[in-house]
Amino acid sequence: MERSTGKSTSDGKKDMTRVMAFVFLVLAVSLILIGIYKEQMQSVLAKAVRICMECVGIG
Amino acid sequence: MDKKKNRNSINGKKLGIQAVAALIQNANFKGFFSGKLYTGPIKKVCVPGLNCYSCPGAVGACPIGSLQNFLGGLKFRFPYYVLGLLLFFGTLLGRLVCGFLCPFGLLQDLLYLIPFYKKNQFKIDKYLRYLKFAVLGIFVILLPLCIPLSPAFCKYICPSGTTSGLWHVFLNSSVRKQLGAIFQWKLLVLGIVIVSALIVYRPFCKYLCPLGAFYGLFNKFSFFRMHFNESACVHCQACVKACKMNVDPTKNPNSMECIRCGDCVRACPEGALHQGFIRPKTDASPVEEEA
Repeated sequence: MERSTGKSTSDGKKDMTRVMAFVFLVLAVSLILIGIYKEQMQSVLAKAVRICMECVGIG
Repeated sequence: MDKKKNRNSINGKKLGIQAVAALIQNANFKGFFSGKLYTGPIKKVCVPGLNCYSCPGAVGACPIGSLQNFLGGLKFRFPYYVLGLLLFFGTLLGRLVCGFLCPFGLLQDLLYLIPFYKKNQFKIDKYLRYLKFAVLGIFVILLPLCIPLSPAFCKYICPSGTTSGLWHVFLNSSVRKQLGAIFQWKLLVLGIVIVSALIVYRPFCKYLCPLGAFYGLFNKFSFFRMHFNESACVHCQACVKACKMNVDPTKNPNSMECIRCGDCVRACPEGALHQGFIRPKTDASPVEEEA
């Protein structure tokens, strides 16, 4: 993806990579905010504070 | 000789960073003695690497466990928060998480340092790499969706959970009494992973880890990335020989398998490889992209 021959590297590819990275970042932050709004952090906490029987191998 | 010494000190630094990351993610030190889990508010946040939330030291939540919890609930809820965090870590860092932040990656790195028979390249290696995508698709997504309240990856595979289980087995007699066939199976999986890690570099990351599979998909787009300057390359293959993940950085510098350990960058005698964060494009530096 980022192979280059000095300054002859395709700027279009680099631009596309930048755009994709920013799109995914915006999407990620949006999903996190929606999740927080839907109180999903509480669900994560509720599961994480108890011993997960399946995880430790007795569930 | 100096170069070898320098490489050893850099590897030491990398292990140091991994150890600090593992300690931060498992900073509930008294839990290792009491067996009691941390229940504070930080546990609302998923850590980037594979670190079981049932580990007595864990101060954060496991992203894979949390994801299965949402998918496998009695009432389906789209996992906005967990998926968002996974996307965030993936977009920002890609598999740098595997190389530097994952406690289970550190364990495998330490195991590989033990002098033992080593065979890091073999025929079926490239086929086995696809297994982790099957684990992600089947055990983390499909089975929890089909069988509610059954996080299949945690239940049947996750070796991080098994190591947590071992702590509880030592510390808690009531846990000991409940051990059965599933624990024996998980112990077998953990044993295979540990023995394999003595021979093959990071076998769990290469072949089984669903987090590695997920973050690998972002290696091509992540802000932290590899840059290869072909005009500086003398085709000496030093980078290829240095890569323990069996990636050829001259052909695919942002391969899904690259964990950004930096071995290839250090091995290159011509400085043709760099890794770092994408910089915002400015008029002053139209070509320069890497930090």
